[in-house]
Amino acid sequence: MALLTPVPYDTKIDFIRQRFISMGVSLFISIASIVGLFTIGLNYGVDFKGGYLLEVRSEKPFDLSLLRGKLDALGFGEVKLQEAGSPNDVMIRIEKKEDENSTQNVTIQKVKEALGEDVQYRRIETVGPKVSEALKRNGILAVVCALLAMLVYIWFRYEWQFGISGIIALIHDCITVIGFYVFTGFEFNESAVVAILMTAGYSINDTVVIYDRIRENMRKFKKTSLIDLINRSVNDTLSRTVLTSSTTLIALFSLYFFGGKVIEDLALPMIVGIGTGTYSSIFVSSVLLLYFKPPRGEDFTPEVEVVAPAR
Amino acid sequence: MQFAKWKAILVLGICFFGLLFASPNLLSPEQRAHLPEWLRPLSLGLDLQGGSQLLLEVDVKAGLKDQLNTLVDSARTALRQEKIGYTDLTVKGDAVIFAIRDQSQIADARKILEKEVSDAKIEINADGTGRMEFTDAAINDRTRTMLQQSIEMVRRRIDEYGTTEANIQQQGDANILVQLPGVSDPARVRELLGRTAKMTFRLVHPDSQQFLAQGKVPPGFEKLAGNSKAEAYIVSKQVLLGGENLVNASPGFDDFGNPAVHFKFDTFGGRKFGDITLKNKGRQLAIVLDTQVISAPVINSQITTNGIITGKFDVKETTDLSILMRAGALPAPLHVIEERTVGPDLGADSIEAGKRATFLSVVFVAVFMLLIYSFFGVMADIAVIFNIILLIAFMSITQATLTLPGIAGIALTIGMAVDANVLIYERIKEELRNGHKAASAVEAGYTRAMATIIDSNVTTLIGSVLLYIFGTGLIRGFAVTTSIGILISMFTAITLTRMIAVYWLRWRRPKELPI
Repeated sequence: MALLTPVPYDTKIDFIRQRFISMGVSLFISIASIVGLFTIGLNYGVDFKGGYLLEVRSEKPFDLSLLRGKLDALGFGEVKLQEAGSPNDVMIRIEKKEDENSTQNVTIQKVKEALGEDVQYRRIETVGPKVSEALKRNGILAVVCALLAMLVYIWFRYEWQFGISGIIALIHDCITVIGFYVFTGFEFNESAVVAILMTAGYSINDTVVIYDRIRENMRKFKKTSLIDLINRSVNDTLSRTVLTSSTTLIALFSLYFFGGKVIEDLALPMIVGIGTGTYSSIFVSSVLLLYFKPPRGEDFTPEVEVVAPAR
Repeated sequence: MQFAKWKAILVLGICFFGLLFASPNLLSPEQRAHLPEWLRPLSLGLDLQGGSQLLLEVDVKAGLKDQLNTLVDSARTALRQEKIGYTDLTVKGDAVIFAIRDQSQIADARKILEKEVSDAKIEINADGTGRMEFTDAAINDRTRTMLQQSIEMVRRRIDEYGTTEANIQQQGDANILVQLPGVSDPARVRELLGRTAKMTFRLVHPDSQQFLAQGKVPPGFEKLAGNSKAEAYIVSKQVLLGGENLVNASPGFDDFGNPAVHFKFDTFGGRKFGDITLKNKGRQLAIVLDTQVISAPVINSQITTNGIITGKFDVKETTDLSILMRAGALPAPLHVIEERTVGPDLGADSIEAGKRATFLSVVFVAVFMLLIYSFFGVMADIAVIFNIILLIAFMSITQATLTLPGIAGIALTIGMAVDANVLIYERIKEELRNGHKAASAVEAGYTRAMATIIDSNVTTLIGSVLLYIFGTGLIRGFAVTTSIGILISMFTAITLTRMIAVYWLRWRRPKELPI
């Protein structure tokens, strides 16, 4: 009936068998990301480092090297220029020097003088060091709390083995997204916290759907080996996993291509995050269960019967 | 499979009211003017409508230091009145230190000081040296009051400045967030907020010029700058009268047509001012704003309630000065620690881009669902459209702020909201393969997918809620739309599609499902 069936119902991929490949890939990416985080580091944006951000527009296209010359001559901290959408739009980022105290009026004033009259200021942001410290702290807190809350939720709904496997997969996803920021030099701003949290939320959502099926199948097929059971459950839900990832990615790609500069910067890391989240729920979180061996049979908590919607 | 009639009416009712409350957003501002009060469009964030946002830090330390200085003043007055000799009364670090000359008066001194300040710890050693400092409770108390007063002062100053719809609120322990829609150059507001504006009337030393020439400052006096860098005065530390006794101040002109500020004292202030001007005829009176002498006229005759400040002002300066005088002093200095300004045309561009991205996201997802699930896909699409309508209606009713990341959240919700339908439909397909008849497969699909849908939505909600708790301004907008969107999807993707499915099954009685 349907015009498209991306994943036929009788798909039988042996996910467990290739686990050494996927585990290897995941380990490699995770370790590389962590090493990169400490060696290359993140390219912190204005939110987390403090400094100035100006988006300017002019009738004529900007000559970036000329502009850079003008701004460097002012003797501020590091100046970064980036075209924003068209040659007539430029983003200027000025780092705040360590010893500089709140002289923001002066800095912005000087920039305005240097750029002259016929420039339009579309956006001006100034973030002081105290604010950036607080934003950074809050970002880390938010991610840590989210991971803990999700761990507790899964633990509560399933068994601790599910909780641990799920959370390891989640950490893997968060690290991968951070790795994306490290290796691409993408600016790490408050929107990065959004990307990481949404990745965690999406990934755990995906994982839970598979875990639900594993638990259901555990009860249905008491004699089946854990390997077959996990394989069967992942295959059972594969169609849903792929379809939901597709619709979410469709939405994100619409945002990336049509949402403008600010949204674009928010959407791209999320695309990476949803990709990893989908991958990890298929290849990491379910495979990990094999090693933690959740209890089966009689001592398993009976499923809470969900009442069917009233009719 | 059934769907109670009252429930169907309820579902349709919710959808109808959703349409109604979302509708003002389709109208132009002129058309909206005719609508009743309760039909409001979305409240847009500063990044969408253009405006400025300042995050101010209340300098609590400086404020407390100022209060210690006041403590010194009142201690000095009290000790003098009781004729208790003292030396070295001054602020040192977080405390006021002093030494009582006559050791036999230590007990009296303690009694007097304790009466004067109730919330400070007072220690006096046997040799007469002593210190006073605020207790921890007092510091907490005073800090809290300082913050509340600061917010009130900021509000007054901004109201006086004439900005409408400014939003002023406390953020964290010592910060104040000021949002100014429509303001694209906050320089003047920043200037207005950057001054403590503590106004005092004090006497200038008769030999001010001589001391300045010698570079000396006699005890009890201090050197303060005037309006220009070259100007300076030796001014008494003793405050005769403060800005708190002012009742009005307005910009105007003096007799020579130069811009000036006219001010008026309350009864107490007027009586005291009359007293001061009578006693000190011929001396220079310094009108000090923070640490700057803004005017130092010679007292020619007794003045009571009405006064005038002249100086080398322009009209803008007299306007700002009178605003500051009217609004009163800040209990502590304010520092701007974050400032974000978005021009109105960038905001308009952002709205356009956000609308376009959301619209395309709906179209692409809808086509995709149609291709995958044919007729059932159409049901999911109806659910998605109502999800957005209800989300917009909810945000319009509650006037929750829509930001640019919030629009991204809406588009993302569209992609994630169909997950519930995907879960249900995959179940239905499975049940069909297991040999269920059309109706019972649909029934089983909805029932059995429920637990999974709830589990997976709860985890996504955890992420959004934490983002709301820890996020600031714009990012919160994202958390708001995604979490509300997900909650609404529980209604649209499950209940609404179920209703459609039930009525459709009843009408067509199909043998096979178009899924």
